[in-house]
Amino acid sequence: MQFMLLFSRQGKLRLQKWYVPLSDKEKKKITRELVQTVLARKPKMCSFLEWRDLKIVYKRYASLYFCCAIEDQDNELITLEIIHRYVELLDKYFGSVCELDIIFNFEKAYFILDEFLLGGEAQETSKKNVLKAIEQADLLQEVRYTPNHSHV
Amino acid sequence: MPAVSKGDGMRGLAVFISDIRNCKSKEAEIKRINKELANIRSKFKGDKALDGYSKKKYVCKLLFIFLLGHDIDFGHMEAVNLLSSNKYTEKQIGYLFISVLVNSNSDLIRLINNAIKNDLASRNPTFMNLALHCIANVGSREMAEAFASEIPRILVAGDTMDSVKQSAALCLLRLNRTSPDLVPMGEWTARVVHLLNDQHLGVVTAATSLITTLAQKNPDDFKTSVSLAVARLSRIVTSASIDLQDYTYYFVAAPWLSVKLLRLLQCYPPPEDAALRSRLTECLETILNKAQEPPKSKKVQHSNAKNAVLFEAIALIIHHDSEPTLLVRACNQLGQFLQHRETNLRYLALESMCTLASSEFSHEAVKTHMETVINALKVSLPQFGSRDVSVRQRAVDLLYAMCDRSNAKQIVAEMLSYLETADYSIREEIVLKVAILAEKYAVDYTWYVDTILNLIRIAGDYVSEEVWYRVIQIVINRDDVQGYAAKTVFEALQAPACHENLVKVGGYILGEFGNLIAGDSRSSPLVQFNLLHSKFHLCSVPTRALLLSAYIKFINLFPEVKATIQDVLRSDSQLRNADVELQQRAVEYLRLSCIASTDILATVLEEMPPFPERESSILAKLKKKKGPGKLPDMDDSRRSVNGNTEHSENTDTTNKSSTHSFTDVLNLNSAPSSGANLLIDVFSESSASPAATEVSEENFPRFVCKNNGVIYENQLLQIGLKSEYRQNLGRMYVFYGNKTSTQFLSFSSSVSSSDLNIHPKAVDPVIEGGAQMQQILNIECVSDFSDAPVLNIQFRYGGALQNIAVKLPVMLNKFFQPTEMTSQDFFQRWKQLGAPQQEVQKIFKAKHSMDTEVAKAKILGFGVALLDGVDPNPANFVGAGVVHTKSTQVGCLLRLEPNMQAQMYRLTLRTSRDSVSQRLCELLSEQF
Repeated sequence: MQFMLLFSRQGKLRLQKWYVPLSDKEKKKITRELVQTVLARKPKMCSFLEWRDLKIVYKRYASLYFCCAIEDQDNELITLEIIHRYVELLDKYFGSVCELDIIFNFEKAYFILDEFLLGGEAQETSKKNVLKAIEQADLLQEVRYTPNHSHV
Repeated sequence: MPAVSKGDGMRGLAVFISDIRNCKSKEAEIKRINKELANIRSKFKGDKALDGYSKKKYVCKLLFIFLLGHDIDFGHMEAVNLLSSNKYTEKQIGYLFISVLVNSNSDLIRLINNAIKNDLASRNPTFMNLALHCIANVGSREMAEAFASEIPRILVAGDTMDSVKQSAALCLLRLNRTSPDLVPMGEWTARVVHLLNDQHLGVVTAATSLITTLAQKNPDDFKTSVSLAVARLSRIVTSASIDLQDYTYYFVAAPWLSVKLLRLLQCYPPPEDAALRSRLTECLETILNKAQEPPKSKKVQHSNAKNAVLFEAIALIIHHDSEPTLLVRACNQLGQFLQHRETNLRYLALESMCTLASSEFSHEAVKTHMETVINALKVSLPQFGSRDVSVRQRAVDLLYAMCDRSNAKQIVAEMLSYLETADYSIREEIVLKVAILAEKYAVDYTWYVDTILNLIRIAGDYVSEEVWYRVIQIVINRDDVQGYAAKTVFEALQAPACHENLVKVGGYILGEFGNLIAGDSRSSPLVQFNLLHSKFHLCSVPTRALLLSAYIKFINLFPEVKATIQDVLRSDSQLRNADVELQQRAVEYLRLSCIASTDILATVLEEMPPFPERESSILAKLKKKKGPGKLPDMDDSRRSVNGNTEHSENTDTTNKSSTHSFTDVLNLNSAPSSGANLLIDVFSESSASPAATEVSEENFPRFVCKNNGVIYENQLLQIGLKSEYRQNLGRMYVFYGNKTSTQFLSFSSSVSSSDLNIHPKAVDPVIEGGAQMQQILNIECVSDFSDAPVLNIQFRYGGALQNIAVKLPVMLNKFFQPTEMTSQDFFQRWKQLGAPQQEVQKIFKAKHSMDTEVAKAKILGFGVALLDGVDPNPANFVGAGVVHTKSTQVGCLLRLEPNMQAQMYRLTLRTSRDSVSQRLCELLSEQF
């Protein structure tokens, strides 16, 4: 996988993960172009499209679009399920996830993604194992660190 | 705002995010962000040391601002502080910031690398994982240099935790992609392959990706992975779905791992070992069998996961292309999907079947699904036709791939009927495909002619020049179809409104072969002429020019219409036409028809000789559209077209025997819009096509008067130049831009030059996708020269070797030094250089508008000084300069006299050396 983008129906980018080195300018250009292309697609259309020399696999969950760019040889259907598994992980962690969870806890969304996908490839596909890793980390911060200061 | 129960929420961050969300306008948002940035800046700069929590909070805010799309240029140092902390949450945020906002500051990288090193050595798996994630996310060369040797050790060490192994495997994969030269696998290979046997399926999943990447580059080193992968796959596909516990996904056993293993096996040919081979065949059969079983769940996730494995298995079967039964079974399975209600499955089945169609074992099986595929094109039948244009596009691709002599007529007919309603975005491609199939499978060329005329009728606007050039070429080369073609175009032209492309084809064909139907009184010469001429006034200039040529051919073919045609040519609208080309043709043709004897006319206007056969330029165009490697080879089309004719001499040489204006008889060369040589070009392979080794010099002339710009561009690569010259030395910066998202591998370049000393600096063998690489060429001019050097480039893109040759714009005038002089000096030297061989003069027509300022800029760009007040006529340009070579210096004086009325120039050059005068004159005269 070359990159993954999460954006809202209004075209707001909620999460971006790049597995290939690109300049910020190029990233912005790609994002703009893809958000536009994907939002213009009709509901019953195929979840795959050819774009430049890549394949785009996307799926909509409620108000959020999940969109992955994969290479010619990569498997489209398994990529759809990568998206679904990520959604399940977020769901389990936040308890029925919604767009706001991802906005306010964006750093968690990144941490969960890193446990699941690394370098653009599935690292750990077991839901239990991924969540265990995240929960252990959460535990670690509570044990090691108890804030004793005023917030803000 | 949702309650954040997990972890420690940062209230300040949440408030800030809420504020941003409450902003009513973009301006308000920017204002709020700027306020926050100022606040954070002051906190970071302030005297009071920030505690870890505050630092973390501010760094998080910066991250949020960056992710909103704003630029962030500070905070890196605080992030590095955080990731060096031993508090987990601080470390985590620090790493996240560094991973998202990659920075190339070397001091910073040193600090980051230090912290990573400590974490890798900490033996704390959570810290190690964070460090490995960071390396994998950033993947920079500096990180590869620092850690590429350490990570394999972690990966294969006996006491490494499973989760760390997983991170290490994918971390290595990423480093291998970005800096393969820095990741030496040698001693680790066997132990890495052995990870396929690991008990932990997560480790196997991660390791399989790594091994696949490595095996693609060095298949021999990882050969042993084949048997392990087959064994693993076999255990998965035969397992009961619950055996694999959490690795079972919606009742499908380890779908991700299965897909990855099948992908790994595609790096290799079928196993030679019989037992292993039959075990693999069993696996593939089991996967195909499972597709027939009733679904264990109605959820789409179940069917997607199951079919993901199935499609990957089919990809492997196609890759092996050796088991006829499996290929046919795969084809039947895909056939079922063609009618599936899921658009995704229809799309993938069409795509996958396209590759099956090219296997000799399954080609026939694919053909049995033709009706279904044709139905997919029918938007009017909602139960079959797909509403999604990308699916219809795939269906067209598949029809093209399954086409052969037995079904060509039907497929072409279906494509033609689809064309009437096809989406605009894919029309041109369908036109090209129909043209190619019609030509390739034409047994009967009358069918071919009918098909192309239909194409023009249905989608005239999408019929590119290549297509109509090609039909003319085929008609000229095959005398059995000429009469039919003349009759058919004559009939087609009767339609009250016909596409201009039809007028072009009609004009050309009747001009050549109108005599073959002139016997019939309904298509007598006069009727033919009147028919063509009735279209004349509605056509564009290039078409009119072509029609004028057809008319002069008529004068030769049919003496009885000579007077009528002469009247037309003589009319003011022709002889005084505002367009120079039309006017010239009218004048010359009229004159020719008046003074030339019948014999001369017959010789000059003889039927066009057959064209020499090369690759169809239509095919080249389609290849260009689709990218390399996506089209079946259509070799036999070459033989079928020219089967009956001897390769005759080139049209070029034939034309040389006639007068100057007739080299252009049916050539629209001078038409401003229609680009280069008409029919000569019909056969030429496009210079941009992937395998071309022809030297590209298309952009060469643009560099005579300037030093920077793009010299070459195709689908994959763009080459830009920047050059500077000083006396007899020059330096050229060549920029190679990879336009794809895939690496170019084994990149190399060389420069060949007979007259110059050129020293290219070495280049990196890899150009990353989207990246640009620079190469410096040092150039020395030894003596005066005329041949430009050629840059030869070679690289691998997706497995295919690309060769590109580009003529580099290093010309004699680049070594000019301008010379200022007075009028008196100028004329004194001018007289000194008075020997006849020292002067070269050329009178030529202006090719561009004659703008004084533009001309001045060009002369200055050419390298000489522009001398004002030397020539008594202020409209003339006078220049002087010295060409520096290593052995000698040659002074040069030049004078350019524009004649606005005639739209002509006279260029005079005097130098002490005739070869220099000659060459400079050639170069400069082409620029106006």
